[in-house]
Amino acid sequence: MSLKIKALTKSIWVFHMAASPCNNCDIEILDLLTPRFDIERFGIQLVGSIRHADAVLVTGSINRKVRKRLKRVLAQAAQPCFVIALGNCSCSMEMFGTSYNDNKPLDEITDVHAYIAGCPPKPEAMIQGVVALIQAQLAALKK
Amino acid sequence: MADEVLEGIKAKFGGAIVEVFEKSPRRTYITVDPASLPEVAEYVYKDLGARFSIATGMHMVEGFEVLYHFALDNADRFLNLRVILDLDKPSVESIATRVPATEWIEREMHELLGIEFRNHPDMRHLLLDDDWPEGNYPLRRDWKDWRGGENGNEK
Amino acid sequence: MATKSKTQIIPIGPYHPLQEEPEFFKLHVEGEKVVKLEIELGYNHRGIEKLAEGLTYDQIPFLVERICGICSSSHPFASVNAMEDIADVDVPLRAKYIRTFIGELERIHSHLLWLGLAGHFLGYNTVWMWAWKQREPVLDLFELITGNRNHYAMFKPGGVRRDVADEDIPTAMRLLESLEKPVMMFTKIALQDPVLQARLKNVGVLTKEDCVELGALGPTSRASGVPWDVRHDHPYAAYGMVDWDVIVTQNGDVFDKAVVRLLETFESVKICVQCLEKLREVKDGIDAELKEIPPGEGVGHHEAPRGEVFHYARSDGTNRPIRYKVRAPSFMNVPTNHRAVVGYTVSDATITLAAIDPCYCCTERMLVVDANSGKQVMGWKDLLRLSQEKTHRLMEKYNSRMDRIWT
Repeated sequence: MSLKIKALTKSIWVFHMAASPCNNCDIEILDLLTPRFDIERFGIQLVGSIRHADAVLVTGSINRKVRKRLKRVLAQAAQPCFVIALGNCSCSMEMFGTSYNDNKPLDEITDVHAYIAGCPPKPEAMIQGVVALIQAQLAALKK
Repeated sequence: MADEVLEGIKAKFGGAIVEVFEKSPRRTYITVDPASLPEVAEYVYKDLGARFSIATGMHMVEGFEVLYHFALDNADRFLNLRVILDLDKPSVESIATRVPATEWIEREMHELLGIEFRNHPDMRHLLLDDDWPEGNYPLRRDWKDWRGGENGNEK
Repeated sequence: MATKSKTQIIPIGPYHPLQEEPEFFKLHVEGEKVVKLEIELGYNHRGIEKLAEGLTYDQIPFLVERICGICSSSHPFASVNAMEDIADVDVPLRAKYIRTFIGELERIHSHLLWLGLAGHFLGYNTVWMWAWKQREPVLDLFELITGNRNHYAMFKPGGVRRDVADEDIPTAMRLLESLEKPVMMFTKIALQDPVLQARLKNVGVLTKEDCVELGALGPTSRASGVPWDVRHDHPYAAYGMVDWDVIVTQNGDVFDKAVVRLLETFESVKICVQCLEKLREVKDGIDAELKEIPPGEGVGHHEAPRGEVFHYARSDGTNRPIRYKVRAPSFMNVPTNHRAVVGYTVSDATITLAAIDPCYCCTERMLVVDANSGKQVMGWKDLLRLSQEKTHRLMEKYNSRMDRIWT
C-alpha cells in the first residue's frame, strides 16, 4: 500500500462529486483547470469516472436522495483513494444542518482525508489543501 | 389599463371572486372560489396573456392557501390568484392541463404540503426521495422531525 | 431487425463526466433519435424554503445567496425586493446603482461561464479555456468591490452592505473596457466558426408557442422571440434609469441562445459603465435603515442571467417570515427540455440540455438510473449499417451547410 500511496503523490487524478452543493465550489474546481490556475501543470487532472480517480472532491451538504448515490459511487473507487471534503457544506453543512432533507456532513458518511473550508474556498486554498494532503501522506510514509 | 383588467375579471367571474386586495398598483391579490379556479386561471392566462410565474402553497391557521402568481408583463403588474382550501383535506382542481407551466409546481406542492391536485397528469415525487415516508409533508406547520426514528436516517 | 419496440434508454447522470451538478436525464432513443426525455430532480434539494422560515429577514439574503453559487447576487436581489415590497420603502439612489452594478457584473461572468461550458459540452475545449480566462478579471473585480470572488453578501433589506469606493471606480472602468475586446472576439467566433455553426444551428429548437406555454424565461425565451425581461417590463432598482436594450432573436435554436447571451454581455457592460459613472455623482447613502417588516405579503423579482428569479415573502409582523417561496428560472426552463431535446440526435442532446444554462442547485432536483424497460439488443451488423447510414446522411447535410457558410 505504501508504494501505491507514494506513487499517488506525483500526478493526482481527481473525480469531482457534487452532492447537493450550491454550485459555487464546483465552478471554482473547474476554474482550477482554466488558464489562470492551470493545475494540469502539476499533473492534476479531472477524470470522468471515479474508477480512474486517485482522489475524490466532494462538495455540498449531502441530502437524503444523493447520499445513496454518493455511497454507491464511493464504493466503486479503486483503493487507495483519498476523499477530500471541499467547502463548508461538506465539512460542516454550513447553514443547511437543520434542513428536513436530512443533510449530513461528509465525515458521517465516509472517512475523510482532508477538509478544505471556505464558502467557496479560493482556488489557492484548494491547491494548498491538496498539497497539505500530499505532504501529510509523505510524512506518514517516512515514519 | 390596470382597472380594465380587474373589471374584466369581475364582470366575467363576479360570483367566484371572494375578495380583491390591491396592495399597490403593481400587486393585486384576488381570492377566488376554489371551484372556479381553473376557469379564472385560464382566463387570466389565455385572454389576458399573463405569464404564469409560480404558485406558492401555504399552511395557514384558516386553511391551506395556494397563490398563483401571474405576471402581466405589458402592464408592469402581478395578479395573484388565491384559493383557500380545507385544513383537513386540502384538494383543488389541477390547472396543469390548462396552464402547462404549472405542472411541476403542483407536483412540488403536492409532495411538500400534501395538497391534492385533482386530475393532475403526473403526481410522482419531484424533489424528494422516492422512499420518502407517506403522509410526511415538510412544509406543513405541524411537521415533526421524523429523522432518527424508525424511518431510517441510516448512516 | 425486430419490428416491435425499438426504444432504448440512455441514462445521463446523476454523475456524468460532463455535468458539474448531479442531475439525471433518461433519454429514450430510437436509433440515434431521441423520442422522449425523463428528468429526475431532487439531488440538490436542501429545503431552503423551510430554512428561511427559521431565519430573520436580515439573515435571509445570506441563505438565499447560497441557493446558487453562479447567480449568487440574483437571489438576494429578488429577496430584498420582496421585503421592500412588504414594507413599501424606497432605497437610496446610490444603493440602487450599486445593486444594478453588481447584478449586471454577475450577468457578464455567468454568460462567459455558460459560453465556456457550452464549448466544453461540445468537446471544443478551446472555447472553454478562452472564455474562462476572460472571466477571471470579472471575478477579480468582484473581489475588489465585495471582498469575495463569489457569494458577495452585498444585499441587505433597505440597501447594500458595502459601498463602492471612489478610488476603485477607475480600476473597474478599466477592467470593463478591457472586457469588450475578448467578448467581441467570442461573438465573432460564435457567429462565424463553422464548427459551432454546424453543431448549434437548428439544434434544439424551441418554438415561441412552447416558450409561452411552459413559461420559459431569460435567454431561453428571448432566443425564441418572446421578449420577456423583468428588468424592462417591471423596472426595479436602477434599470429604469439607465440606457440598455432587450436582446431578442427569433430562431429558438441553441445558436440563437448563445447569440442572445453574448449580445447581452455587451448590454451588461454598458449598464455597468453607466452605473459607475452615476456612482461618482450620487452620494445619498447606501442604507434606508429598514428596521421592521410590517405584516403583509410581498413579491420580489430580478432578471438573473438565466431568467426571472421570483421570491414571495409573507410576514406576520415578527422578524421572521411565515412563508418564504423561492422560484429560480431553471424551474421553468428545465421542462422546456422535454420539447427541445425530442426529435434530435443523442449527440445534440448534451448541448441542448445545457443550452438553457440549467442550474439544478436552483431548481433543486435530479434523476435515478434505471435502464431496464424496452431494452432491445441490436446485432453488430445492424449497428454498422446504422452508423453508415448516419454518416452518409451527415455528409450530405454538412456539405451543403458548409458551402453556405464559406460562400
